[in-house]
Amino acid sequence: MASHRAKWTLYHILVGALALVMLYPIIWMLMSSFKESRTIFATANQLFPQSWHFENYTTGWAGVGGYSFGMYIFNSLKIVVLSTVGVALSSSLIAFGFARLNFFGKPFWFAVMMLTLMLPADVVLVPQYIIYAKLEWLNSIKPIVVPQFFGSAFFIFLLIQFIRTIPAELDDAATIDGCGKFRLYSHIILPLIKPALATVAIFSFYWRWEDLLGPVLYLNSPDKYTVSMGLKMFLDSESASNWGAMFAMSIVSLLPVMAVFFIFQKQIVEGISTTGLKG
Amino acid sequence: MRYSPTTSKTKNAPLALNASYSRKKRLRANLTGYAFISPFVIGFLAFTFIPMLVSLYLSFTKYNLFADPVWIGTDNYVKMFTGDANYLNSVKVTFIYVFVGVPLRLAFALAVAMILNSKSRMVGFYRTIYYLPSIIGGSVAVSIMWRNIFSNEGIVNSALNLLGIPNVSWFGNPNASVFMLVTLSVWQFGSSMLIFLAGLKNISQEMYEAASVDGAGAVPKFFKITLPLLSSVVLFNMIMQTIGAFMTFVPAYIISKGEGGPLGGTMLYSLYLFRQAFMFSNMGYASAMAWIMLLFVGVLTGILFKTSKAWVFYESEGGR
Repeated sequence: MASHRAKWTLYHILVGALALVMLYPIIWMLMSSFKESRTIFATANQLFPQSWHFENYTTGWAGVGGYSFGMYIFNSLKIVVLSTVGVALSSSLIAFGFARLNFFGKPFWFAVMMLTLMLPADVVLVPQYIIYAKLEWLNSIKPIVVPQFFGSAFFIFLLIQFIRTIPAELDDAATIDGCGKFRLYSHIILPLIKPALATVAIFSFYWRWEDLLGPVLYLNSPDKYTVSMGLKMFLDSESASNWGAMFAMSIVSLLPVMAVFFIFQKQIVEGISTTGLKG
Repeated sequence: MRYSPTTSKTKNAPLALNASYSRKKRLRANLTGYAFISPFVIGFLAFTFIPMLVSLYLSFTKYNLFADPVWIGTDNYVKMFTGDANYLNSVKVTFIYVFVGVPLRLAFALAVAMILNSKSRMVGFYRTIYYLPSIIGGSVAVSIMWRNIFSNEGIVNSALNLLGIPNVSWFGNPNASVFMLVTLSVWQFGSSMLIFLAGLKNISQEMYEAASVDGAGAVPKFFKITLPLLSSVVLFNMIMQTIGAFMTFVPAYIISKGEGGPLGGTMLYSLYLFRQAFMFSNMGYASAMAWIMLLFVGVLTGILFKTSKAWVFYESEGGR
């Protein structure tokens, strides 16, 4: 019994130590965000600040070049909300089509969908930019948001997997009762796939919130910048060596991500485990 | 799945009427099906298929977005492999990043998943912590953090000093700098770990018990039971992670402040492509680069799938 206990203690020490090593950079950044900027690197080995400088957060919030960090957050939220609504609606519609309907050419389009899942996005980067430039969509959120309304292969696949677990007898019963396909989708299937839609919403939130390439390419005026762009501006003005404020806003940008993660971890873990994918 | 126009189940009904009725029904079913998947079909044509054709055409031209494209044949492709040392360097850096980073990440993920596949009550807690970096890893904030922990006085050098290793100039030595990106990639092993954990849970405990009765130790159990039964999951993960790694952009862009330095040490393929297209307006050249990447990733995926017959164990085929 005693040796069993010792084994478990050793296990927890090892696994716990690895967890600590992994988290250390994040803790270090959090602590550094309270340090006086010029002391951050001189005291990099001390975790706790000698004196707590909460003003890093207020200077950071004031932003760079006269644009407040609050505005970047608002801009990011706008993109996140529009994209998430768009991608959840369209992907569920498409997934229902693939999972529940039979039509000519379905295997072909399903294969195409699975291939786009593996397609390196770099291949369409240049032509998409050219197309958006011709449409005069540059310096707007349209190139980032509009494509989301046409579904995303990862989410379609995730939702198909989920819909397949719903018994088909349910469809038959509804059909006999005179329920059309769209009503079947909107009134029967949609309410049943809410957990999967939550997973879609969470991942869509993460990817849009953390996206940098889209904003770098398509947003030119600082009043449209997102959180990622705001942080990049801190980095670009690093010569001002306002590291404290930069770390403070980095922490602020991670807070919503962490909050969603801790609240919804069950959905996230299940979403990844059942599809076996992480886009 | 496929419709054959000759099948008709009800033999007693008048043939003509039945045929026209079922044809109508079939048409209706097809229209409904396409109505549902139409967002995908339209989106695929507009945002993927047509852009790919445009990209293929542009790869044979010189194009700067403002003047009309000029057809130059295969010049872009020839230049890439014979006249552009920076391109070849970015290929080298990307290969190190992908072929060191992905196997390390997967090995780490598998090792940790096996450790966590126990009955301890704390497993959920550890799983959460290990997975956290995967969730935040793609963000600008984490890349900024990574940039700073590798600075000369940063915590990575301090840790190395503790082990008796002198400071490494991560931002001065191009051969060292790529390992900032590799370590950042390995740090995010959590998502693969979750997938492996789900796979491990599906392996029945009886098999291990039977092996124990036969006197098999931990190492044979791993190679004869765990690895074969997990191999299809590993294959799929390897493919998706490799493709993802080839497209890595944010950390290279942030850590090097968009320059890919020192001396191209962090110039990942995507970053070089981005710079060619959007900083130097070489849209044709960037398109050619994109197609080489697509071909390479396609061939690599094909090889992985083809050889997988030899090393992936599919239970349904009765490999047992």
